[in-house]
Amino acid sequence: MIPAAFEYLRAHSPDEAFAQLQKHGGDARVLAGGQSLIPAMRFRLARPSVLVDVNEIAALDYVRTSDGMLNVGAIARDSAIERASWIGDRRWSLLHDVSRVVADPVVRQTGTVVGSLCHNDPAGDWTAVALAARASVVVRGKTGTRTVAIDNFLVDSFTTAVGEGEIALEARFPVPDDRSAGSYQKVERKVGDFATAAAAVQVSLNADGTIRSAGIALSAAGPCAVRVDDAERALTGQKPSADLIRAAADAASTKSAPQADLRGSIPYKKHLAGVLVARGLRQALGRLGVNV
Amino acid sequence: MKVNVTVNGTVYEREVQPRTLLAYFLRENCGLTGTHVGCDTSSCGCCVVVVDGGRAVKSCSMFAAQADGHEILTVEGLASGGTLHPLQQGFWDQHGLQCGYCTPGMMLTSYALLKQNANPSEAEIREGLAGNLCRCTGYQNIVKAVQQAAGKMREAVSAGR
Repeated sequence: MIPAAFEYLRAHSPDEAFAQLQKHGGDARVLAGGQSLIPAMRFRLARPSVLVDVNEIAALDYVRTSDGMLNVGAIARDSAIERASWIGDRRWSLLHDVSRVVADPVVRQTGTVVGSLCHNDPAGDWTAVALAARASVVVRGKTGTRTVAIDNFLVDSFTTAVGEGEIALEARFPVPDDRSAGSYQKVERKVGDFATAAAAVQVSLNADGTIRSAGIALSAAGPCAVRVDDAERALTGQKPSADLIRAAADAASTKSAPQADLRGSIPYKKHLAGVLVARGLRQALGRLGVNV
Repeated sequence: MKVNVTVNGTVYEREVQPRTLLAYFLRENCGLTGTHVGCDTSSCGCCVVVVDGGRAVKSCSMFAAQADGHEILTVEGLASGGTLHPLQQGFWDQHGLQCGYCTPGMMLTSYALLKQNANPSEAEIREGLAGNLCRCTGYQNIVKAVQQAAGKMREAVSAGR
């Protein structure tokens, strides 16, 4: 299928993109990697009348750390994370894991992290990871630039806190400390398919080996990625144990609210969410030298 | 709208609609039918081309308008003069194609892969090609073809050619 007709605008700076979006409001969409938007337009699931192409804005193509944050610019490709020099550092193991399983290796050379968050597909990978990592998104609007915590950013399926005429400029992931590791667990029928279920886990330990903080989120488990706050609370302050992992997995299964489709039934997917959280916790803790 | 796209070193100035996809631009506006359209929904990888010398892109999921001012490499641009590119020679020697439909995409994805990693392991080649489907299921020989090409390209580099 060929997309419905639209007007193509190419922006060369963040200011120009913002001005174009302000002018066209709800009729316009930002074109970043386009790896979700263009197929959606081809299926006529999206019919923007104006596309503002931000791919030429070199100023938005960066992955860097500053002030304790990893800053990912609006057109940084998934592959920029996958190939980052620091990606083997265990603190970044959650990003390491996800960067190797988003879509497929070709799509990752064009798809962007920020675009994926803005698309907010119920089965997206970056949304769950952003929740577990307690990320935020920098959004430019009429009254200026604001930083939106990911929990407030993800509003509903394919809907975010980015309003009409606004643009998401950057995703921010807090730099984890030395006693932190994560894991991303995804079951998919084949490379490039949507997840049957996926779990993102981030764990930080205290010096005494107890869990200082935990981030746990699921994808393909409801209208949009969901934080398993019951599991996070249950883990915090505790010494890692098999019972604790089982409790977190049970909380994830309970929280998961998937739809039945060709990939599996509701009971299967709920069960799988728990299994993946348990695997993720074991792997993240294992990376910290704690085997339970 | 008017676009100027450099394809395999030749500038193509063409009038297109903004919604014209790069794959169709290459095939219908430039007459370069080596880029194949398979699934048309960014799943199969038959339409992969290389943008600006290094990035493999599924050309069914990029607009021709986005390629304005950029360089595209398609399968027609791999050989130089009468000499096959090492990837093409590899596919020839190793019987890396059966029906040939997926072959251009396999080669262009591999081209970008080898730019990134000149000495990939077998596993890295298999992972790198995970976004390209071969319905003849000839993956074994495709991997051998890329391994051969990688070897020849490394030899050429060390020989200073």
